Amino acid sequence: MRPEDAFAHTGVARRPLPRRSLRLWSVRHARGLEAFYRRFERALRALDPLFARIGHARLERPVASVEHVVKATLFDCRMCGQCVLSATGLSCPMNCPKGLRNGPCGGVRDDGHCEVHPAMPCVWVQAYAGAERMGTVARLGTVQPPLDHRRAGRSSWLQAAQGHAAS
Amino acid sequence: MLHPDDVGPVPWAPLHPLPGHVSRGRLERVLRRGEFAVTAEINPPDSADPDEIEQRIKPFEGWVDAINATDGSGAHCHMSSIAVSALLIRMGYSPVTQIACRDHNRIAIQGNVLGAAALGVANILCLTGDGVQAGDHPEAKPVFDLDSLSLLQTIRMMRDEGRFLSGRPITGPPQVFIGAAENPFAPPRDFRPLRLAKKIAAGAQFIQTQYCYDVPVLARFMARARDFGLHEQCFILAGVGPLASARAARWIRGNVPGVHIPDAVIARIEGARSQRAEGKRVCIDIIQELREIPGIAGIHLMAYKQEESIAEIVHESGVLRGRTPWRRDLVARMQAVETQGAT
Repeated sequence: MRPEDAFAHTGVARRPLPRRSLRLWSVRHARGLEAFYRRFERALRALDPLFARIGHARLERPVASVEHVVKATLFDCRMCGQCVLSATGLSCPMNCPKGLRNGPCGGVRDDGHCEVHPAMPCVWVQAYAGAERMGTVARLGTVQPPLDHRRAGRSSWLQAAQGHAAS
Repeated sequence: MLHPDDVGPVPWAPLHPLPGHVSRGRLERVLRRGEFAVTAEINPPDSADPDEIEQRIKPFEGWVDAINATDGSGAHCHMSSIAVSALLIRMGYSPVTQIACRDHNRIAIQGNVLGAAALGVANILCLTGDGVQAGDHPEAKPVFDLDSLSLLQTIRMMRDEGRFLSGRPITGPPQVFIGAAENPFAPPRDFRPLRLAKKIAAGAQFIQTQYCYDVPVLARFMARARDFGLHEQCFILAGVGPLASARAARWIRGNVPGVHIPDAVIARIEGARSQRAEGKRVCIDIIQELREIPGIAGIHLMAYKQEESIAEIVHESGVLRGRTPWRRDLVARMQAVETQGAT
């Protein structure tokens, strides 16, 4: 091992760049993915009596792990535990370096890229494009409450199953 | 002559309450009377010396209705916005205290709102804040616990419902006029009027925009805002400011987040014999164009390191239409006349 390799994974801020193409793909296919999710959510709700029998608390970790893998792949999900993807054109707002859940900041560059990471397209420029495809621009007008940081890492699917969709 | 509603018994005390007003400050009165308001921004000093604030505002005393005290603008460290506001109030001025979400969490922010109001702050501007990468401490932890929207809602809840975000009651709610910023020039431009509507729904009563160097873009934004009736639900002050030179303009465009300067503006300044004078001229021309846009209730002047030009710009653009905003010596003169009249 070369000496510099020992430091390869330290001290580097996590950037949402590596999987960005897939995240952008998801926004481009927002309409279809959203339709799929609506069916999935109906299935979750139908299964909720079963989840309740097993115990929501016992299911929390396995469901959250699966949810993390799926949503991290498709949306670069950060598991905030209060998913608002349906209200943000399927562009995950937690990828915004400021974590803005209510729309773009005033710093968006003329080319539509992020103020903080010039190489990254602004998640809210993407969100607007995704919402236009989904025909849900009006939903961007919903004022989202501040995050409950205690819910980080918890499954949003289980909450949706119980009828507590965050968005 | 000063409007009688704008003068209190002592310069630093809140004004007498007026029906239909949420605050006891001058800015809300000027706007609600339908005057074309002028606000200006000072960058707080890198100093603990209060005299430096006095030196910064002296060049434009009597030309503006309120002075914005920025909160770590550009993510640079300066004297805190609340301390600057308190010092301005002590001198009799009406500050707009800026609160950015970058540096404080919800516990600190709500405490600061109460403290600011207790010190006499009547206007608060809610901002998300520039990212830490833009400043002199890029290694700092960005907080962003709230965003500008949830900050607006939080302060409105504190004022109107007398409760913290937690629901715990506040015995003396902060009587503040709540503002927000908007950048009509940044993408996604189609979303910006919707975002303005969202800010109004969250509690914004006045808006100060980012620098305007592109009037047609602002005019289109305002047309959309009027379609939604937003100009009747809040007071929109357009941000303006002089560019010192073509070089400075290019630097700002490249380094200050969110500032959009068209090439034509830079070319006009570059071609002039005195770039500084032309930069001021461009600013005055823009002011005269945008005051004609229906729904623009005033201007917000940001003249970083050119504070001395604020008075000239306000004077030469004629936006005050002969009106005199509050200033210290006028109050003294008015009181002298009143005492003479009484005896």
